[in-house]
Amino acid sequence: MKTLEEEVSVALPRVRFKDARIEMAHGAGGKASRRLIEGLIVPLLGSPLLAPLADAAYLDVDGARIAMTADSFVVRPLRFPGGSIGELAVNGTVNDLAVSVAKPLALLLTFVIEEGIATETLEAELQAIADAAQRAGVQVVGGDTKVVEHGKADGLYITTAGVGRADPRARLSAQSVRPGDQVILSGPIGDHGITILLARGEIDLEADLRSDTRSVYPFVEAILDVAAPGLRWMRDPTRGGVATALNELARDSGLGIVLQEEEIPVREAVRGACELLGLDPLHIANEGQFLAVVAPKLADEALAAVRAVPGGGEAVIIGEVREQPRRTVLATASYGGTRVVDMLVGDPLPRIC
Amino acid sequence: MKYVDEFRDPKLIRQAADEIRRLARPERHYRIMEVCGGHTHAIYRFGLEGLLPENVELIHGPGCPVCVLPMGRTDDGLTLAELPGVVFTAFGDVMRVPGTKGSPLEHKARGAEIRMVYSPLDAIKLAQANPGKHVVFFAIGFETTAPSTALTILKARELGLDNFSVFCNHVTIIPAIRAILDSPDMRLDAFVGPGHVSTVIGCRPYEFIAQDYGKPIVVSGFEPLDILQSIVMILRQLAEGRSEVENQYARVVPWEGNLPALRVLEEVFELRPYFEWRGLGFISQSALKLRDEFAKWDSERRFDVPGIRVTDPKAAQCGEVLKGVLKPPQCKLFGTECTPERPVGALMVSSEGACAAYYNYVHRMAMAGAAESL
Repeated sequence: MKTLEEEVSVALPRVRFKDARIEMAHGAGGKASRRLIEGLIVPLLGSPLLAPLADAAYLDVDGARIAMTADSFVVRPLRFPGGSIGELAVNGTVNDLAVSVAKPLALLLTFVIEEGIATETLEAELQAIADAAQRAGVQVVGGDTKVVEHGKADGLYITTAGVGRADPRARLSAQSVRPGDQVILSGPIGDHGITILLARGEIDLEADLRSDTRSVYPFVEAILDVAAPGLRWMRDPTRGGVATALNELARDSGLGIVLQEEEIPVREAVRGACELLGLDPLHIANEGQFLAVVAPKLADEALAAVRAVPGGGEAVIIGEVREQPRRTVLATASYGGTRVVDMLVGDPLPRIC
Repeated sequence: MKYVDEFRDPKLIRQAADEIRRLARPERHYRIMEVCGGHTHAIYRFGLEGLLPENVELIHGPGCPVCVLPMGRTDDGLTLAELPGVVFTAFGDVMRVPGTKGSPLEHKARGAEIRMVYSPLDAIKLAQANPGKHVVFFAIGFETTAPSTALTILKARELGLDNFSVFCNHVTIIPAIRAILDSPDMRLDAFVGPGHVSTVIGCRPYEFIAQDYGKPIVVSGFEPLDILQSIVMILRQLAEGRSEVENQYARVVPWEGNLPALRVLEEVFELRPYFEWRGLGFISQSALKLRDEFAKWDSERRFDVPGIRVTDPKAAQCGEVLKGVLKPPQCKLFGTECTPERPVGALMVSSEGACAAYYNYVHRMAMAGAAESL
């Protein structure tokens, strides 16, 4: 009989990218993005370090384990309740390092600036970057600026690179996840995506809602302090939301994930907007939350540690990993109805970060 | 959340399911059609089929606007989108509907100016902001969305807006139900009546179903408890030998409908002599067009719309699924060539389409464990 690992390691069918043109959905973080990455980018640029397709890559340099990541930000509008593109750029990059259990150390920032943007606007973003970097305990150590013609860059695009020091206490991978592991979510979902949607003013809805953008490193550090040996996998559920992140885990681990629908925290305003617009909060982007999969013995300690950090009070266990159904995420409701939670298909909310 | 949580109460849902099991006579098979795509979606999303006994079968009806729209109309609309200076606007549902040369989204990637709007009034705002361009709104839907299109046209007239028009694909629900009742392959026992449409048209137009065809119809809300309670009401009628129009969704649906909405429909639209429905063919007096006095805002009269007629891809059996003759997985393309991400037929596109709902909530469950093809 095959072991679980052997069964899981049977190669998934190779994805081929057959789409004739790039569409917005290829940038939405859902199924189409995954197809673009696995079907076109990896075959041409793949390397052993790229293969895990994680939030950051690890490089062993003279005995030190360094984590590297890159990100880009094209959010529209540039400022929104609770944050702005500059703050997102710092936190987004810091969070990719954090969920790779790396202490964020340094950032490089590249600005693509549209001709004609007010200096005041740019200055405000630089200030937002400085403040966010200070809060996250990370230094801006370099970058680049380019200016393009009016009409070409929608004000400002920011690209970042982040470097961190991998924490030796935990090594995360989808393959280390086991049936029975618990799924911790750090707080309410969908705040960022719905805030951006409302901030665009394209639909006549108003709500008292703010982006959740923040560094999640303090929470990660708290988990590492009490539950490092049980910490198996982490992800910040940005584009594509919790549903997409967990589907990637289900696929990469070959296991099933069963969520308790009622346990998933969603603010009233987010739920209301989603009901009205036919969106699923599980597909909406977050910029200050993370998912952590922790061995059952240490899950309660990990959860308590997250809750003890300011801003972590709403963290909950939303479900668990099971052997069946393979490569699938399910959500069960308390009356007994069960549904499959799929990755995001299409792009309901373009340019969210 | 008020008006949502109480209709998802686990205890009440279990009670309703028990009542259905008690009412359904074991020797009898019940075929109940939910007309509205919103119900189809809710039935799958909440896993309601799993709560019903095997002899209570739900048949998915034609009430999904993008599903019943023939491909030729999408092509006609996209012909407009390709004209220089035209901004094509539509609801999100329409964006991934396949035309012969691709969906609106694919046209957008090739350079056509295509925008998703949440309300037709947003299309008006676009027209005001872009006086050098012509904004076309691809109008679609039953009586649910038609009043907002009508109000938009009245608004365009009030503003004297020259650079805006509507490509009207609005259809009406009653002729479609009649066509289904007259279809020889149909052996239905009752209907779960559409909730949203009825907020506009009320319950009276369904009386012929009960009186002339002797079938019960219960207008229903969209939460799990609404749908189960409607099935209870249907089974009670059948058990007592009654056939009546009943209103389960009285908290939203007035018996007489929404009179101001009906008035604007009457003011702006008239019935087309006939209109093609996917799967159901040509149905007379089943769709709306703009009255002559609004010709200026009618894309079909302002532009040379080719009037394309396309037959569905041969292997796709959308028509049979739409009529409830086939279940979604019985179509030859289901889940292989036709998936929500790469839809061949429109039923796989809209979240209200029977195929997309079945695929997302049932098929994926059944396939769980099999290697997922991206």
